[in-house]
Amino acid sequence: MTRRRTIITAAILAGTLGLTACGTNREEGEGEGGGTTAGACDTSKGTLIIGMVAPLSGGLSALGLGMRNSAQLAVDQANEACKVPGYALAFQPEDDQANPQIASQAATKLASDENIVGVVGTLNSSTSQTVQPILNQEGIVQVSPANTGPALTMGENFATAPERPFDNYFRVSTTDLVQGPFAANYLVEKSGKKAIAVIDDGKTYGANLAEQFAQQATKKGAQIVAREKVGERDTDFSGVITTIRALNPDAVYYGGEYPVAGPLSAQLAAAGLNIPLMGGDGIVDSTYVSLGGRPGDLATSVGAPAESLPSAKQFLDDYAAQNYTEEYSTYGALTYDATNVVIEAVAKVLANGDYSADKRAEIVAAVADTNLQGASGEIAFDEFGDTTNKVLTVYEVKGDSFAPVEGSTGAFEG
Amino acid sequence: MLSTLLSQIVNGLVTGALIGLIALGYTMVYGIIQLINFAHGEIFMVGSYGGLAMFTYLMPTAIQNQWYFALPLLLIAGAAVSVAVAVLMERFAYRPLRNAPRLAPLITALGVSVALQEAVRVFYPGATAALPFPKAFVEGTWEIPVPGGTVPLRWTGLLIIVTALVLTFALNTFVNNSRMGRAMRATSQDRDVARLMGIDPDRVIVLTFVLGAALAGVAGVLNGVDLGFTNIDLGFQNGIFAFTAAVLGGIGSIKGAVAGGFAIGLVKALGGQYLPGGTAYDYVWIFVVLIAVLVFRPQGFFGETERVRA
Repeated sequence: MTRRRTIITAAILAGTLGLTACGTNREEGEGEGGGTTAGACDTSKGTLIIGMVAPLSGGLSALGLGMRNSAQLAVDQANEACKVPGYALAFQPEDDQANPQIASQAATKLASDENIVGVVGTLNSSTSQTVQPILNQEGIVQVSPANTGPALTMGENFATAPERPFDNYFRVSTTDLVQGPFAANYLVEKSGKKAIAVIDDGKTYGANLAEQFAQQATKKGAQIVAREKVGERDTDFSGVITTIRALNPDAVYYGGEYPVAGPLSAQLAAAGLNIPLMGGDGIVDSTYVSLGGRPGDLATSVGAPAESLPSAKQFLDDYAAQNYTEEYSTYGALTYDATNVVIEAVAKVLANGDYSADKRAEIVAAVADTNLQGASGEIAFDEFGDTTNKVLTVYEVKGDSFAPVEGSTGAFEG
Repeated sequence: MLSTLLSQIVNGLVTGALIGLIALGYTMVYGIIQLINFAHGEIFMVGSYGGLAMFTYLMPTAIQNQWYFALPLLLIAGAAVSVAVAVLMERFAYRPLRNAPRLAPLITALGVSVALQEAVRVFYPGATAALPFPKAFVEGTWEIPVPGGTVPLRWTGLLIIVTALVLTFALNTFVNNSRMGRAMRATSQDRDVARLMGIDPDRVIVLTFVLGAALAGVAGVLNGVDLGFTNIDLGFQNGIFAFTAAVLGGIGSIKGAVAGGFAIGLVKALGGQYLPGGTAYDYVWIFVVLIAVLVFRPQGFFGETERVRA
């Protein structure tokens, strides 16, 4: 008897917990979506949804949550300004946990909704690989603020025979073809590093970024003393560090993201290797420093620093006014722009006519013709769907966060 | 180079000591109720969050920077949280299934593992991403001079090795020499006969979970102090290695679990350095060794051959 009672109690307890959890989620969802029904606008024709696929939980959530808030801001502002005549816009963020498989589930969920007019995301190149074909099937436009893998717009043979795989995919960030070499130029020419150990995490983004970096660094006369791989979930890098320590490198370049890069930097120092670690946009977040990144570590990131751009001032002020709990992080301004690209296209297509799923092709065409002054600079797309704005900036860890290096902003010129 | 070889051996010993501490929990629980407690890795993870909670919410700021006060408190908090979770887990998840077919508790263990991970993720503030962990020990590195270079050993790494060896020795003495330890061995040999001799098997089983969880909690805190951060998926990753170590050493054997842990640590470090493929393949070598050992010695290093039960 007692045993049965225990089980029943446990079941009820579990049920209640589950319900509470759901309840919280829904509340959050409504809270975030709040303000979408601005009173003054005509929204008689219904609600259209802009989706997002990004890591809202897990190791990369600091970046993902900044993306979510920035897109939310763009959608809220569009509603206030009655951007799309007759329609209210809603924002539906889906969590991909930086995992390609979960990303494909999220994309499928969004794609099944008739009222989705466009999707902003993803963060990771590896997750976009699974999201692209799903959205393409339904003809939904996808604009990524953060993907840097060149294959996403130019196909597997991006170096020799570029061919665009999905005509509904666009991005406002530059690619690793530019970012890796840009970093190499800085590290070899400006910092004068000649013996560089290159490490990556084996993922689409990290491995390719490291490869592009290594090629350019060699071309500039530096020696790549080691080429190592670590696991995405590794925490103890003493093995790799011992291997490269024997080769006396004067810098480490890491292709990957901050959950690995931060501890890696800390363990380099702990093993007596007081050399700077440099990485790509995937490590530019203050979490990198709290996980062990050291002053003097370097990183490149796409675009000019939001703080320095006059065009970004408005975005930063508006973001601050919303009092979000999370920072806008590395991709805030770019996500805000990507969302506005979608909103502008939708507004243009629906200026005369009602929405139906058939209009999606027109929205894709309108995005391709984008010419927008965004928070991150001018936005237009080339024939592959890549941004024509190829500016990058070098950041350095100062104190407990990354600060842009004065005068390092520029485009890559070989 | 000699310094590289010795450095990798040191790396292997640190990794191995940590894995060994976790593996003890797997091996003891298996020894006593023949359950592979897949949730044990999460007990390790929960322990590190217990220590972190102690540091963040309970510890007076005055002693936060004095490791000789802070570290013992962190270890106690970590072990206490791990033990509490393990006792609840045994009581509500495993005991009701005590006489069920073996597969039922095994699947339950997997379920408990996911549940614990998600519970921490949802309820611990900020646990959706890695959280910084206090470096509550002497920071820095002992540069051991050897011919042709130096071998770096983090003080925290040394702490892990020493703690693992001391605790294993203490546990071994307890199981072999104390009255309660004798009851544990009796229960593991034959639960029904042990009951006839006046031993309460439920008490003994709870004690087994408590000991394993305390060690895992200590390991969780030490790992946090060594790495400087903690994360909810650390438990899964280290749990898999610890389970492998327990099997390699002979599941059910205390010496075996620690020997298996050191073996895995050394294979990972040395394989990553000297075998083809480098560090990208170090996990592969761990499991190659596991398979090779199991082919020639299915019971592991120190395991006993399966007893036939009437």
